[in-house]
Amino acid sequence: MTDTILKVKKLSVNFGRDIILKNLSFEVKRGEILTIIGPNGAGKTTLLRALLNIISYEGEVVWKDGIKVNYLPQRLSKEKFSLLPISVREFFKFKKPSEDDVLKMLKEVGLEKRVLDKNPAELSSGQFQRMLIAWSLIDNPDVLLLDEPTTGIDVSGEETIYSLLNRFWKERNLTILMVTHDLNVVYAYSTNCLCTCKERVCYGPPKKVLTPQALQRIYKTEIKFYKHTHR
Amino acid sequence: MNQIILSLITGIFISAIAGYIGSLMITKRMALVGGPLGHLALPGVALALIYNFGIFFGALLSIAVGAFFIWLFSLRAKLPIESLTAIVFAAGVAIGFLFLPLSHAEEALIGDITRVNLFDTILAIFLSSFLFIVIRKIYSKLTLSEISEDLAKSMKIDVRKYNLIYLTSIALVAAMEVKIVGILLTAALLAIPAAASRNFSRNIVQYSLVSVLVGSLSAVAGIFVSYEYGLPAGPLIILISFGIFLISLIPARKV
Repeated sequence: MTDTILKVKKLSVNFGRDIILKNLSFEVKRGEILTIIGPNGAGKTTLLRALLNIISYEGEVVWKDGIKVNYLPQRLSKEKFSLLPISVREFFKFKKPSEDDVLKMLKEVGLEKRVLDKNPAELSSGQFQRMLIAWSLIDNPDVLLLDEPTTGIDVSGEETIYSLLNRFWKERNLTILMVTHDLNVVYAYSTNCLCTCKERVCYGPPKKVLTPQALQRIYKTEIKFYKHTHR
Repeated sequence: MNQIILSLITGIFISAIAGYIGSLMITKRMALVGGPLGHLALPGVALALIYNFGIFFGALLSIAVGAFFIWLFSLRAKLPIESLTAIVFAAGVAIGFLFLPLSHAEEALIGDITRVNLFDTILAIFLSSFLFIVIRKIYSKLTLSEISEDLAKSMKIDVRKYNLIYLTSIALVAAMEVKIVGILLTAALLAIPAAASRNFSRNIVQYSLVSVLVGSLSAVAGIFVSYEYGLPAGPLIILISFGIFLISLIPARKV
């Protein structure tokens, strides 16, 4: 049995006279991985912010009652942390978990106890991103909203992040909504894909809807993407 | 009660709370805000000195009026708040100097903690303790919102509400500070202990604690030196905290 946990109907967002999102409708069912793709300025981050109700919008965004939604914004950079005297332990304390839970969670993302006393900015980019994943999962959300979770990480680090997310998705019955630029990730992991360029261009399982024509409509240029079929 | 004890208690409480809220101000990159707020206090301080009522209330009244004008102008002018603040605080200082009695100029400009009375001390104890509880409640929420405002909002933290509480607290602390360091040095008492502490600390707990300690230690040392050598306490307190800041540069390193 699948149940719908998010219904979005005719969502529009305007900043003054600029139309950022227009008439977007889609649904997310429990256990889905929905990837959101589109060119720069297509309103992907704005979409996540509207779903979280932190900006005003027109239309309907309805979450199922009692659903816990966690968010990892894109601009959560190490630089921000380097300006603050804050330890990883204190960063986790914002969510009030027990120290045991924090250690367990860190272990699950492959981080050792000694990172607890470090400033998040002292971690490597890959460690930092894994720490953030652990942080976003520590209070057991039903849904995770991720905005380009691998910005600034090298290819092998990227692979680790996505396989970690995939593992947690399976183990914890998570629902994931993720903005990404990486079409490989879209094909490999997502159950559904939403392509936007202010309006909805395509929506559905990636292998079905991400046709060369759709990609051309989104990115306004011809994308030659080789679909790996051996996975 | 002995005057020096009153001075010490008042000085410790006000510098401690200034150090505490100052640490949050540095986190939010608002270290200089205390300056204009202090200057805004001048007309009220002048009134208090002429009509002989508490400097704190004069300062607070005039900071509130100033903040109201900044807000009012922001509705009409296409200028950032920072520019409007500069305009309003300059006008405030100008008005203040028109009728500030010259005999009281020093007290208004650099404070005079040797003249606190029992009422001032009790006010400082209660208001500082109250503000400590308030800031403690909002501290981590505001720190998180500094890391990412969207993240804080997504965790249902009402950032605007907490910012309002925070700004009101700064105004109250600045008004109290006028008594010890005068209108010219309010920013220093908020910024320097926190800046020194930033260089010593590796986490938030250390940071806020050391900032409180540096603030109160400077106040104690400044007041003792002032009584010993007959020099004004306000500038001494600031210079001592500046000395601690210089020492803090030795172990400091950038992360």
